[in-house]
Amino acid sequence: MAATLPADQTMRKAKDSGSPPKRRLNAPWGDALFSFLAHGAAWLTLAILVGIIGSLLVGAAPAIKEFGLGFLWHSEWDPIQDHYGGLAMIYGTLATSIIALVIAVPVSFGIALFLTEMSPSWLKRPLGVAIELLAAVPSIVYGMWGLMVFGPILATYVQQPLQGAFGNVPVLGTLFSGPPVGMGILCAGIILAIMIIPFIAAVMRDVFEVTPPMLKESAYGLGATTWEVVYKVVLPFTKTGVVGGIMLGLGRALGETMAVTFVIGNQSQLSHLSLFQAANSITSVLANEFAEAGDGLHRAALMYLALVLFVITFIVLSFAKVLLMRLKRSEGARA
Amino acid sequence: MSFNLRLVPVAAALCMGAFAAHAADSVTGAGASFPAPIYSKWAEAYNKATGNQINYQSVGSGAGIKQIKEKTVDFGASDMPLKDDDLAAAGLVQFPTVIGGVVPVIHVEGVKPGQLKLTGAVLADIYLGKVTKWNDAAITALNPGVKLPDAVITPVHRADGSGTSFIFTNYLSKVNADWKAKVGEGAAVNWPANGLAGKGNEGVAQNVQRLPNSIGYVEYAYAKQSKMDYVQLKNAAGNFVEPDDLTFKAAAAGADWTKSFYQLLTEQQGKDSWPITGATFILMHTAQDKPAQATASLKFFDWAYANGDKAAADLDYVALPDALKALIHTKWTDIKDTAGKTVASK
Repeated sequence: MAATLPADQTMRKAKDSGSPPKRRLNAPWGDALFSFLAHGAAWLTLAILVGIIGSLLVGAAPAIKEFGLGFLWHSEWDPIQDHYGGLAMIYGTLATSIIALVIAVPVSFGIALFLTEMSPSWLKRPLGVAIELLAAVPSIVYGMWGLMVFGPILATYVQQPLQGAFGNVPVLGTLFSGPPVGMGILCAGIILAIMIIPFIAAVMRDVFEVTPPMLKESAYGLGATTWEVVYKVVLPFTKTGVVGGIMLGLGRALGETMAVTFVIGNQSQLSHLSLFQAANSITSVLANEFAEAGDGLHRAALMYLALVLFVITFIVLSFAKVLLMRLKRSEGARA
Repeated sequence: MSFNLRLVPVAAALCMGAFAAHAADSVTGAGASFPAPIYSKWAEAYNKATGNQINYQSVGSGAGIKQIKEKTVDFGASDMPLKDDDLAAAGLVQFPTVIGGVVPVIHVEGVKPGQLKLTGAVLADIYLGKVTKWNDAAITALNPGVKLPDAVITPVHRADGSGTSFIFTNYLSKVNADWKAKVGEGAAVNWPANGLAGKGNEGVAQNVQRLPNSIGYVEYAYAKQSKMDYVQLKNAAGNFVEPDDLTFKAAAAGADWTKSFYQLLTEQQGKDSWPITGATFILMHTAQDKPAQATASLKFFDWAYANGDKAAADLDYVALPDALKALIHTKWTDIKDTAGKTVASK
């Protein structure tokens, strides 16, 4: 296909000008080389992906053989007895990422909306740059800040009042229980939210900006409010980009390691569902234990966890794709 | 000098014997992070004194053991000694280099450094979550006259697998049967659900300094340099001792190194012994296919034992007693090249 199209064009061109087609013969090996490189790059990506899955499977094989799928719903993590279950870390990873999304998506949407629709033009540039700069802050800085500054604030001004108010209410009380250490699922989730806001906001702003002004102006002309324009014109037009941006943020939240390790407390027990007690995530247990895990089940179990994270990311991506396809189909039905 | 580094092993092999002392050696080791500062300091001074290069990668004890088994380094380093059977199975020898101590540190309002006294059993109960408040009878009974708050204790442990945790949990297992049954000893264990964890000595230290009413454990050097509130512990002889180089030395002297270098220095006899003491070890293959590298490694440690005690003390490690150094030199004769000739140059 790639080869026939230019030939077609040159033929037509030749007919127009009346001279024989020569350009095609200039550098045939150059085309071949380019095609080879392009194919190679595409296949290399695939090969690396397969290689990663393969090496994870091989590394995790002893643990998969020993624990099977039960690994996913057992929470005991005991390197001494050589007994491993990944539920505590899987829960930690999912819970922190969900909290991060719940906070980050509305805030990012607000930022993008303000920047594209409401901000005075002199403010757009500096605000946009500030958000992009936020994305460039190394994650360990967020981790340190979370540990030294944010954690104590969270413990003193959020957890203790909440415990005072809801300590005796059955479900809420459990969610807020635990000593005021300022670390755990909620702290990690909020830090993650701050980290992914610039990513989601930047993508949303960019896609909002490409909405054709004619569409928006027509809506305004019909008497729509800013909110109606954004909700009924901009958002439907840019939903692919918006979902893409959210998935980018979620991907980052699932895989973030250093900042989470600093603020999550690194406690591999699932004995409580409190948002304020130390927990663990897949990435932080990998970062912490891999270097000292000897050969054998401990290392294999860590590999198994890495594989689980890989699968989770894969499921999230597929889910996003399915969602987009659904959106497209319903669009077709409406039209 | 760097351009001919690749030729060095060849050159050194050719020059073995009379010229060995003149070859510029470069050897690589990897392992425990606890002794990394002193190994780097020794390597720097050794390089100044002899021109030879020692590269030490601080990758963790587990990784150090793995790398020496795979022969990707000339020597491995570990805070956990290997049992004699495991050593024999892997064809390795081990020898200690320096001694250090693990110190419980606390953050309790109104308690001065060294004022609080604990026993190992109570310490284990705190980490088990059985003793939950600072004014628990088990603690106040040991500390008459010390005003302790009615506050929940937050125990802090290491998040990463580490030799420090190994020494600490080994001690707790020795002094508390419940700990031994429920948790056990190791670089990473199934910590009880109370409390939280920090990455590295600095992570634990930061958490303890930040959180009121917390307790943690760190290497002595960290406790000393960041001026943390340490506690006194009751040793095997029944005395309360403070952590310092003298009590670490006393613990090292109490061990019998003559039969095996597999010595855990926790809960040692002796009236001045600090109960949570440990040595850090070097691992090398007994059968060397690269004898020149082995000779160079041993020359470095020989130099370090002879000249490195002051540097060790400056960094708050404790140097080995002379009798033990002599034993190590004897042990080195086990390291041989493929022809069965011992590689240590003497």
